[in-house]
Amino acid sequence: MAETVFHHALTILEDVCFGCTHCVKVCPTEALRVRDGKARLTANRCIDCGRCMQACPVNAIIIKQDDFSEIYKYKARVALVTSILIGQFPRHYPTRKIYSGIMEQGFSHVYEAEHGASLLIDEINQYVARHGAVKPVISSFCPAIVRLIQVRFPSLVENIMLLKAPLDLAAISFKKELMERGFAEDEIGIFYITPCAAKIAAIKSPVGEKNSPINGVINMDTLFNKVYSGFKKEHSSSCIVPEKEQLRAEEMAWSLTGGEAKYINGRCLSIDGIKNAIEFLEGIENGHISNFDFIEMRACDQSCAGGILTTSNRFLTVERLEERIVKYGQDKIEGKIFDNKTIDKHSSFIRENVKIDTIEPRSMLKLDENTEEALRKMERIRKIFSYLPGIDCGACGTPSCRSLAEDVVQGHAHTSDCIFIQTSLNVPSDQEIRAEKIWGKDRFRKLT
Amino acid sequence: MELEYSIEGGDFSKAGLASSEVKKILKQVNIKPEIIKRIAVAMYEAEVNVVAHAYQGKMLVNIDPSKVYIRFEDEGPGIENIDQAMQEGFSTASEAVRQMGFGAGMGLPNMKKNVDEFFVGSVVGKGTTVELTTYIK
Repeated sequence: MAETVFHHALTILEDVCFGCTHCVKVCPTEALRVRDGKARLTANRCIDCGRCMQACPVNAIIIKQDDFSEIYKYKARVALVTSILIGQFPRHYPTRKIYSGIMEQGFSHVYEAEHGASLLIDEINQYVARHGAVKPVISSFCPAIVRLIQVRFPSLVENIMLLKAPLDLAAISFKKELMERGFAEDEIGIFYITPCAAKIAAIKSPVGEKNSPINGVINMDTLFNKVYSGFKKEHSSSCIVPEKEQLRAEEMAWSLTGGEAKYINGRCLSIDGIKNAIEFLEGIENGHISNFDFIEMRACDQSCAGGILTTSNRFLTVERLEERIVKYGQDKIEGKIFDNKTIDKHSSFIRENVKIDTIEPRSMLKLDENTEEALRKMERIRKIFSYLPGIDCGACGTPSCRSLAEDVVQGHAHTSDCIFIQTSLNVPSDQEIRAEKIWGKDRFRKLT
Repeated sequence: MELEYSIEGGDFSKAGLASSEVKKILKQVNIKPEIIKRIAVAMYEAEVNVVAHAYQGKMLVNIDPSKVYIRFEDEGPGIENIDQAMQEGFSTASEAVRQMGFGAGMGLPNMKKNVDEFFVGSVVGKGTTVELTTYIK
């Protein structure tokens, strides 16, 4: 049986990577190893959380994106942006100016990805009420969390809410709208401006959906840099006034921590940060954390405001978006808001398409399909582990002594990859070969 | 495969560490997620019970291809009336323990509910033994 390889957006630039172990150490799913002097990623373990990219001291880890010129393949070029993008700009740039700036880069439409959120509140509340037996319902909003649960907490896969994220609802409704305005389906290109790697992977290899309604992905920092340098050069005085509809207050805050949980009935909590998420999921799995109805969970600190493709400081982003919400409230009182939303026009269509199919667990922890064989391997791992120093130095190219023991038993490494074992073995020729295999020849030339 | 962990009474910050270790191993030996979930709940309850009530204890685990057997042995006050302790909601936990979110009196019944075979034996003033067996085939 051929193994399905899951798309991951994070890519290691071989010529930039110098094979330190920063990324290896921070990966929450132990997906990275150093081999031949370079970091190597195991695709099926990677959940695209981006912690490695943050940890890399030389920027050798990047996020693959579609070529910007791809947008010109389409007649209707939609920039599907999250409100987080608005939050990247200093406070004195009004939303309208940012929209204009995006269109000057070649897009024909700007549509905010959170437009589906107010519709979703109702759907989530109904879903949570229907799923009384499997509590808590864990939000499917953050794709890195969905993948984390699949690979590390397979028994909690049934807790994942099988509803689409606002982004997907916004994409399908806006596509429908444009088709009603006369565009053919293949003339419409919807490009998601992403603040994170996980969403790219989710679009290129969707979980619980057959196809994604999104045609391409552009990294948020790329677009931000283009638009912001335009502002700095001030050649953007042409002031196109784009068609614009307002997000509602609850939609503006959806991608921030607390954005979902605030609107869901029952006992709810918001968790952000990958370490916090792992700790909390452990608690749910043990039954120690129970009696919750709904858990909002996001992999980044401060949720999407802390996405790895953001440019602004996450706390400043939150501040700007909170100000945007206050302003919305004032405008509403003054009667300045016209609440005629495209998505409301298509609400029955959205409600029919709001569900996602079942999500399958795909545990990366199992040592073998066969429990008997896995038990034998486990015994060997424990034995090898007992000889290792237990200091998790990373000099063998794996994140910990335990992972080296696992790699040895799985045939991916050798016990003598451990520098402590090497010194006790006293076989110089073998030592050199093993060490070079991990760190590459050049590393040793440095020493002589 | 046999595993042994020691559990310190009264230290709630470490309550659950042994269970987490065992849970990881159960995942590694590819036991079905739904079975792991039941074992995890039962052994976590048992581990917290030792921390909450005993002075010290140990957790012994035996995994073979047909079953997972876990035994908790502690040195502590023991259980005076096991039948009463098996009733949902009955608890002797102190107010301090309850305020930490433990001691709701669901421990023993919840353990029994989640495993295939359950045994609890106790000598007042000496300690308690709990055995949890789950068939995995």
